[in-house]
Amino acid sequence: MVKIHERKFVSADPEKCVGCQICEYICSWTKEKGFNPLKSRIRVVRVNQLANMAVTCRRCEDPPCVAACPRDALKQSDETGTIILDSDKCNGCGWCIEACDYGAIMLHPETKVVHVCDLCKDEGEPQCIKWCPEEALTLVTSDVLAQKARITAVKKLFQEARKKK
Amino acid sequence: MHGYAGKVLYVELNTGKTRIEPLNMDYAKKYVGGIGLGMRLWLDNSKAGVDPLSPENPLVLAIGPISGTIFPTAGNGHAFVAKSPATLGISEAVAHGTFGSEMKRAGYDAVILKGKAEKPVYLWIDDDSVQLLDAAHLLGKSPSETEDVIKEDLEDYYVRVAAIGLAGEKLSRIACIINEKTRAAGRTGLGAVMGSKNLKAIAVRGTHDIVPAKPDEFMDMVIEFHERMKGPATRKYRTLGTAENVLVHNSLYCMPTRNYNNSHFEEAEKVSGEILNERFVAKIIGCSSCAMRCEHEVVVPEGPYKGTMTRMEYETLWAMGPYCGIDRLDAIIKGMELANYYGMDAISAGVIVGFAMDCYENGILSKKDLGGIEANFGNSEALLQLLEKMGKREGIGDILADGVRSAGEKIGKGAEKLAQHIKGLEVTGYDLRCLKTAALGFAVSFRGADHNRHGAYAFDVKGKVDRLKAEKGRGNMVRDMENLYALIDSFIVCKFSRGTYYKGLSDMAKLFTLVTGIEITSKELDKSGARIITLARLINIREGLGRKDDTLPWKVMNVPIPDEGPVQGAVVKQKELDLLLDDYYVSRGWTLKGVPTKTTLKELGMEGLLKIVRGKQEA
Repeated sequence: MVKIHERKFVSADPEKCVGCQICEYICSWTKEKGFNPLKSRIRVVRVNQLANMAVTCRRCEDPPCVAACPRDALKQSDETGTIILDSDKCNGCGWCIEACDYGAIMLHPETKVVHVCDLCKDEGEPQCIKWCPEEALTLVTSDVLAQKARITAVKKLFQEARKKK
Repeated sequence: MHGYAGKVLYVELNTGKTRIEPLNMDYAKKYVGGIGLGMRLWLDNSKAGVDPLSPENPLVLAIGPISGTIFPTAGNGHAFVAKSPATLGISEAVAHGTFGSEMKRAGYDAVILKGKAEKPVYLWIDDDSVQLLDAAHLLGKSPSETEDVIKEDLEDYYVRVAAIGLAGEKLSRIACIINEKTRAAGRTGLGAVMGSKNLKAIAVRGTHDIVPAKPDEFMDMVIEFHERMKGPATRKYRTLGTAENVLVHNSLYCMPTRNYNNSHFEEAEKVSGEILNERFVAKIIGCSSCAMRCEHEVVVPEGPYKGTMTRMEYETLWAMGPYCGIDRLDAIIKGMELANYYGMDAISAGVIVGFAMDCYENGILSKKDLGGIEANFGNSEALLQLLEKMGKREGIGDILADGVRSAGEKIGKGAEKLAQHIKGLEVTGYDLRCLKTAALGFAVSFRGADHNRHGAYAFDVKGKVDRLKAEKGRGNMVRDMENLYALIDSFIVCKFSRGTYYKGLSDMAKLFTLVTGIEITSKELDKSGARIITLARLINIREGLGRKDDTLPWKVMNVPIPDEGPVQGAVVKQKELDLLLDDYYVSRGWTLKGVPTKTTLKELGMEGLLKIVRGKQEA
């Protein structure tokens, strides 16, 4: 079983994300052969012009979406951490959507069952990462994210220290 | 159907009735979409001589065939078309963002707004469900505030909104229509047309898939263009942005300064794109499906305007900066924010302030006339105070809010000569006295003084021609660029991506075919460009415009550039303008009065519109 430290997911760097929605377009194209953000498993949020970020499934430990499903339609893959849907069991009740802290599991506008990022398992690699023109999306583990944040914080500290000199 | 949604939505604002008609595919093939299709539909739905601010002037919203796809920049544009209250001719204004692609997913190629609502409303298009909702609670709000309230009302963050501000409600002839807070269908006062219909905003949600006709080849082309978008063709927009022009234009002495009193700003270094980026740009963001991103978001970090956030481009920076003699970027940014807040075209707004300052310095407007403002060039407080007055139509702002042509006529005492406009639309940041290809492009532009109808300045600025010379051949150059720009605004793709079409029209033809499935050659596409420009010409003739209106601002023709430097003494003489106009009309197949001939109309497949110019075609 894949440990939480090794579990990979798509993360957007808010410094780099420009809110262009190419990830949404390529996701819906990859999954459904149509351009339609509503069918994308990754969604862009622009809180204001300065705050842009794409959000998708974080593959949580003990995922609340799985726990919330009253019909056992969701389970988490032991191997990868991916949330797997049994679409025959899902009736679109939305409990998983309510349980998810990230809004990363969504109701499909036509099939009326939920959909969620599977890291493009059929394509070999997440297409959003491949297509993002800003290289804002990366496949990371939480350890990698923590490392990045530490390095950024320390760099900033030293830059400021240099400025003060 | 691919590319096109196949539907045109008609909304009768006075009754709230709506109906859907199939898109006329003959129009689609001939006029493409966007401004071309929009103008053709406007013509069918209007009568000659219509008052632009009357219910009889329909406001057309048109989307292009490429909209809603992943093609770089092509998902995201929309065009408004109507008779302009500023120019009294046909007009269009294009904006980008995400609004256009949402409208396409809602299933419409165009929306035609007719009549006038009894009380303030906003239009809510939710796929097939179309409603007029009460807008009383939105009155007086900025476009940005309006957008936020509508999203809350409709309980959907992803609803896209285009709205007018107070300027549009008060029928200012420089009012614009703003979507997503910073993207404006800016020029020619179409916000006033919307306001005259008691229509505060348009909100849209679209849920349909967009699928190109030839998906595999289309995706191959997208991959190629994604690479091109990262290359040299878009470098400027990705780095300094259009504000790079400040120092470029200044070094060429082609940056109109202090209401065209100079062509060079001695303080340009203080308001350069370089300084803007270094001190104020906080983030560069992109429109839907862009692949390049260009929108420079600025934040004032300190001082009296601390916290001000807006988008900044060359034109608006120039208009509120050098054109008013102002060298403070923080105040210019504040001015830009005010223009967006009230929903005014920031180019025209800045040019109007420059005009008012010129009037003040020449004793035509007194401190009393200006409500106590000492409007000397360079006074940044005066800029902001005058913008506030224009936004609210208070005091002198009431006169200024209708643009320099109207203000010049009302003020009199020689103010008309200080009003730098063409066909009633304020000038933009290119000194036409020393850019003579651009001068022709500006003179013949169907929507008045504007660089965005032709981009002909590029020949002059890049040194491809002698920019001080008026000579034969410029007509062809302007014609070809006009055709291209008309197509760009009809597809709709972004002009900032124009350089990525390495093979020009044949790249565009390929894109059109892959998306729509309709075969077209680059030659046929060029013809569509010519047809769109000719259509605009025909409508303008119907509305009473002609060669006499293809002219230049008074100072461009009467006040030689005084600044010592490479272009001192440059001016455009009537004789030069006549030569350029003749050359252009001939290249278009129009008479020397600027009227399309029967032969030309036949060649373009526009025989049906011959009646507009019958009896006017003698040379």
